[in-house]
Amino acid sequence: MTLEIQSLTAGYAPKIVLRDISIRAARGELLGIIGANGAGKSTLIRVLSGVLAPKTGSVSLDGALITRLPPRARAQKIAVVPQGVRLPDAFTVSEVVMIGRTCYLPALGRERAEDWRVAREAMAQTDLLALADRFIGELSGGEQQRALVARALAQEPQVLLLDEATAHLDLKHQADILNLVRRLARARGLIVIAAMHDLNLAALYADRLALLRAGELIALDTPARVLTESLLERAYDTPVILARHPLSGLPLVTLRGEEKIK
Amino acid sequence: MQSPTRDFWIPFALLGVLVIAIISVGLGSVPVPPLTVARVLAAQLPFLNLPRDWQPAFESIIVQIRLPRVLLIALTGASLAISGAAYQGLFRNPLADPYLIGVAAGAGLGAISAIAFEWHRSPLGTAIIPFGAFAGALMTVALVYALSRVNGHTPTTTLILAGVAVGALATSLSTFILVAQSNQAARVLSFLLGGYGGAGWDAVIAILPFALIGFIVIRWHARALNAFVFDEEQAQQLGIDVPRTKIILIVAATLTTAAAVSFSGLIGFVGLIVPHVVRLLRGPDHRRVLPLAALGGAGFLMLADLFARTIAAPQELPLGIVTAFAGAPFFLHLLRRAKRAAFF
Repeated sequence: MTLEIQSLTAGYAPKIVLRDISIRAARGELLGIIGANGAGKSTLIRVLSGVLAPKTGSVSLDGALITRLPPRARAQKIAVVPQGVRLPDAFTVSEVVMIGRTCYLPALGRERAEDWRVAREAMAQTDLLALADRFIGELSGGEQQRALVARALAQEPQVLLLDEATAHLDLKHQADILNLVRRLARARGLIVIAAMHDLNLAALYADRLALLRAGELIALDTPARVLTESLLERAYDTPVILARHPLSGLPLVTLRGEEKIK
Repeated sequence: MQSPTRDFWIPFALLGVLVIAIISVGLGSVPVPPLTVARVLAAQLPFLNLPRDWQPAFESIIVQIRLPRVLLIALTGASLAISGAAYQGLFRNPLADPYLIGVAAGAGLGAISAIAFEWHRSPLGTAIIPFGAFAGALMTVALVYALSRVNGHTPTTTLILAGVAVGALATSLSTFILVAQSNQAARVLSFLLGGYGGAGWDAVIAILPFALIGFIVIRWHARALNAFVFDEEQAQQLGIDVPRTKIILIVAATLTTAAAVSFSGLIGFVGLIVPHVVRLLRGPDHRRVLPLAALGGAGFLMLADLFARTIAAPQELPLGIVTAFAGAPFFLHLLRRAKRAAFF
């Protein structure tokens, strides 16, 4: 299974946000998408999820154009963990997760044992079983985010798209979610594509990184090759300092912090 | 984690609606005891040969006069509640009630046009009125929705502002027609005040298909409505064909609004209160909300009608006054004490 993005150009007419992007992602891979605010990370996730149609170029999954798939079939293959959405407070966690099964369920009729099994497993993997009957509105931001991950897992997708899914989480929950999606990528052969804000997390968890600058793909390679001073300064338009992670040897990125040094 | 389609509240609500209906049918200038009402109604069913030991006049009063009126009120209440629930879920907006967003006023304009220009003299007869209401309502909802859309969202403020403005326009046109066609003024006025006096079986039969088709289509999309409550983009990512589903649901909710407004005039609050009360009591899942709102709307409006008929008898109060008077405090009370968040 491969996800293939070919010469993709997309945007919100008349503005073009993404220009001529080509990326191939294979099963088992966690591909991180990095870049400054407005570089096009979220737009790329929206195109890959089928919500925004490409202007030119194409996105295909195993040779089938995702824009041609009916919404139900697409949702069975591609699931999204959105960023910064306001959740309907009065749904319980298990109700939210079960909504991930919508693409498998008939319009009328009840959930089958299989749906409950998948939903329960999704909650177990995101450590939510104890919170299953709590209202979403009562949960912390991190717990809500995990419920969205569980909802996406309940779709049993082949491609999991994360739009800065760990942006507002504390360290433990960032690590939990990224470990989980990485493990799923490996164990189930998922393709995980994650727009990421934090370059150090991107270095630690992504197999490859796609670096966007003003809608163009300026690098696509392993974290060690993408997180370089010259590429980062070009992409983020600010001077950076690189160090090595003491255990993994992967790049650590930080700012120069001149004000404090003086 | 129980399944929301087998809610034990549904049979209880159904029973409650039946009891209210029987009491309601029995009440009037010639009171009939509830038990007799139940037996008279049961006798109307085929294959059920009950001994007819009641006064013959009872049967014609109940079957020809009171039953259609009560059924019409029940259908109106159910229609208002279910279309309110659908608009609220679809627009992700707790204030999207057929009255606040102007659809009811548009339906009223359509119905009033049909009455004032005597379209009922057409071969379709009275049945033309719901068609007029539906046309008026559909034009209004299209206009309000187009006006209130901002970057792919329908924020509460713009939705309500557009609804109020378009609703006011529709109401002023209705008034204009009322004045211009003054020979029809009496008929139109009695419509505006909720003229159930002349409501017979023809009215029930005229709105029944509108209400039924609307109910079935909306209930069919309950799961889609649950996804819409997140937002349209997520609904799409969860596998809903958003543009298509949205049009289907708007048309269906507008059909039921038209059914409600066609013979009842303008009755506020039902479409706003009933779905919210159901959500507060039973949670936001539309598979529970929709059938319970339909039953709740029917029961609520029949009760309101009971009050309207009895409290200042022989004078009848306009139904809309009773619904607002009874509904608003109850809603506020629930809003304050409920554990579940109010809206979705």
